[in-house]
Amino acid sequence: MKLRRSMLFVPGDNAAMLSTSFVYKPDSIMFDLEDAVSPREKDSARLLVFQALQHAAYRDVETVVRVNSLDSEFGLKDLEVAVRGGADVVRLPKTENAQAIGELEAHVVRIERACGRPVGVTKIMAAIESASGVVNAVSIAIASPRMIAIALAGFDYLVDMRTKRSNGWQPELFYARAAVLHAARAARIDAFDVVYGNISDDAGFLREVKIAKRLGFNGKSLIHPKQVELLHKAYAPTEEEVSHARRVIAAAEDAHRKGLGVVSLDGKMIDPPVIEEAEMALQLAEAS
Amino acid sequence: MKNDVMTTAIERLATQDSSLPKLQPFAGANAETPYLAAAGTKLHRKLCGSLEEAIRRSGLKDGMTISFHHAFREGDKVVNKVVNTLARLGFKNLTLASSSLLNCHDPLVEHIKSDVITQIYTSGMRGRLAEAVSNGLMKKPVQIHSHGGRVHLLQTGELKIDVAFLGVSCCDEFGNANGSRGKLNCGSLGYAKVDAEYARQVVLLTEELVGFPNYPASISQDRVDLVVKLDQVGDPSLISVGAARVTNNPRELLIARHAADVIEHSGYFNDGFSIQTGSGAAATAATRFLEQRMNCKGIKASFALGGITGGIADLHSRGLIKAIVDVQSFDNDAAASLRTSSAHIEISANEYANPTSKAAYVDRVNVVILSALEVDLDFNVNVITGSDGVMRGASGGHCDVAAAADLTIVVAPLVRSRIPTVVRHVTTLLTPGESVGVLVTDHGIAVNPKRPEIEQRLRDARLPVMTVEELYRKAVALTGEPEPLEFTDRIVGIVRYRDGSVIDVVRQVKN
Amino acid sequence: MKVIKEAIAGTLESSDVLVKVAPTEKGTREVVLRSEVIKQFGEQIKQVVTDALDKLSVSAGSIVIEDKGALDCVIRARVQAAVLRGCSSEELDWRRLS
Repeated sequence: MKLRRSMLFVPGDNAAMLSTSFVYKPDSIMFDLEDAVSPREKDSARLLVFQALQHAAYRDVETVVRVNSLDSEFGLKDLEVAVRGGADVVRLPKTENAQAIGELEAHVVRIERACGRPVGVTKIMAAIESASGVVNAVSIAIASPRMIAIALAGFDYLVDMRTKRSNGWQPELFYARAAVLHAARAARIDAFDVVYGNISDDAGFLREVKIAKRLGFNGKSLIHPKQVELLHKAYAPTEEEVSHARRVIAAAEDAHRKGLGVVSLDGKMIDPPVIEEAEMALQLAEAS
Repeated sequence: MKNDVMTTAIERLATQDSSLPKLQPFAGANAETPYLAAAGTKLHRKLCGSLEEAIRRSGLKDGMTISFHHAFREGDKVVNKVVNTLARLGFKNLTLASSSLLNCHDPLVEHIKSDVITQIYTSGMRGRLAEAVSNGLMKKPVQIHSHGGRVHLLQTGELKIDVAFLGVSCCDEFGNANGSRGKLNCGSLGYAKVDAEYARQVVLLTEELVGFPNYPASISQDRVDLVVKLDQVGDPSLISVGAARVTNNPRELLIARHAADVIEHSGYFNDGFSIQTGSGAAATAATRFLEQRMNCKGIKASFALGGITGGIADLHSRGLIKAIVDVQSFDNDAAASLRTSSAHIEISANEYANPTSKAAYVDRVNVVILSALEVDLDFNVNVITGSDGVMRGASGGHCDVAAAADLTIVVAPLVRSRIPTVVRHVTTLLTPGESVGVLVTDHGIAVNPKRPEIEQRLRDARLPVMTVEELYRKAVALTGEPEPLEFTDRIVGIVRYRDGSVIDVVRQVKN
Repeated sequence: MKVIKEAIAGTLESSDVLVKVAPTEKGTREVVLRSEVIKQFGEQIKQVVTDALDKLSVSAGSIVIEDKGALDCVIRARVQAAVLRGCSSEELDWRRLS
């Protein structure tokens, strides 16, 4: 299973960041052609991202390109760069409904054919940034077999909801988080929590990480490289959890060897979901 | 008269025992100390009305050696003020021996061109001066020594200081001086203490003349010949900048975290360990990460050595580091700690790092974190020349502490813009690879094959350990293979190892 | 392709490169390279610039490069961006850009 805890944003026109961001080892790197790039630098950023996508340094990390909305004058050009450059994933911002994903997919197919990439190789994820997007989360999540994740984006959503982000347990985001997460789980895809913008407040960031982890998000979108390590640490299972998971796996392997249909540990029966959870815990431990 | 009687007695003694030294009869209570006779000279005899007067009274002549310290760092005004004055007074062919030279000393270029200064001893140089020297400005190559090595050169007599001009933040009229009080406080005077010890004449320059006795006396009155009060000796706002900055750069933080990981799992992270962290951004930041781990494991350090940063002072104030042993205070917080904590002690460069001192504190350091401009496949380190061959760094205490510490960790980004840090051969060799244990970069960690036990511990802790060759390949994959630099045959710098031997030379760059 | 107007791409920040293009009177292609790392990487940078220009079939124009230690991929992208701006070219032939 592909781990998706951290998606690090890298501004598409920042040459220094594009030259180094892979050293932070996030699970995914998102080259941003949307909000981080001013309108008159879009063309130059596009070429920079096109080069970066093909660079050997990014071969071992999942690459994501955030394109501008397809309604804008930039969206389709951005998409050409993402697909032809070989991005693993296209991230569509401000997704309101399933039709937007359908439209995006049609263009992706066209470009894949045009440039000779295998059709279906480019994955899609949607960022949900409005009330209607949250309400349509389920249909968005299942809009295409290419969908691998949905991400909640907090800033625009909270403006749409006429409220502001708070500290503490953040009731203002609760419904959206729960809705997006349910949609993702029902569609068997991944879910990313909101960006935390105050890069000098590690404690505030970790407070949000705790909420996201507790709810069940795979991870968060990140705007600063130093957040990668903080997030991975926070998502790492405890030593106790790891040793329990090892025992579960050992018991399962033992039962398999002996041809037993039922796995048991310390006299208790272990269901398949527990084994799956143990495998995930070990994978997380390995990666952190 | 009694005097005649003694003369006769001395003559008699000489016939009786020819091995006696030549003895003088008593000639009055103040025969040797005439200044004690008058109240004015008795108390104020060292005070000079001007720098010119101090220079005249010091007996400085053409061809002699003058010395300075660099505790005011980029805020230093002493070197430029003194050398400007010497130039105006017509001095020529002087040797300038400064514990280090920084960007603020660029004006020396003009004084070298006009032969006021014809020879330099320093631990490093930067800026326009370094650029000019690298391009062949001086007839005699610059002598680059380490902080410990400088004291060694003074001990052996190769370096003889005729007049030391030492800026201090405050002193009394007898010359009891320190760097930790007064508005121009720079903290420790570790380098100045050595010059005060070895110079034939010692001139103190200060902005603040305080009542007698001034204490603590980092430099004591018995080493001081002359005192000058000047309007400006340094710029306090520039003392704690330069190399000793605190970083917010994610890449430096990543390297710092790796370095802290290495320390934690090195086998030396035990209660009572000792540490030195240098002044580089990542080295400084590593102390922040160490704090969490020390708290977590309930470990305290016995002492921290070296150039001291506010970060170290902070750990000290919270009881995580028992004592600070300070040869140079990098910032205001470190200087404040020296002022207020009795377990923050000021030491000379001789006590710090001289290999021929009867005991140097570096001998007892467990772990040190040092920076580098280049590291090669044999773990040799260059901190002197950039990879364009131009001098731009300082030897500092690098090779001193690397040679002595149980584990030397070198930290550097693998690539700086397009310049690879890991190279086939360092441009200039300063610290030999045999003194280096671990190289920490943002792309991974390499352990010197001479330390297999360390490598095993780091691998067991699942740190990203790889060979230095792998790091090199990673660097070159990003930057391309650099073309070799071209130098002329002319030698512009001699790199002296801490024991005085020549470990490398710097050649003039070809343009 | 010919450069028909002045254009700039990139920045003077570390690890980036500023590329200025302008039409030339003689109708020739002239490249001027200034770089912080010219001693170690001058030839490689020239190669990358020439290659990027050839692929775009740039036959005429002055191209001035002010390099701050950019990696090859950044240099290529900035040269392409400046040329495409200077040629007022909207249609991209992606095979010429990789």
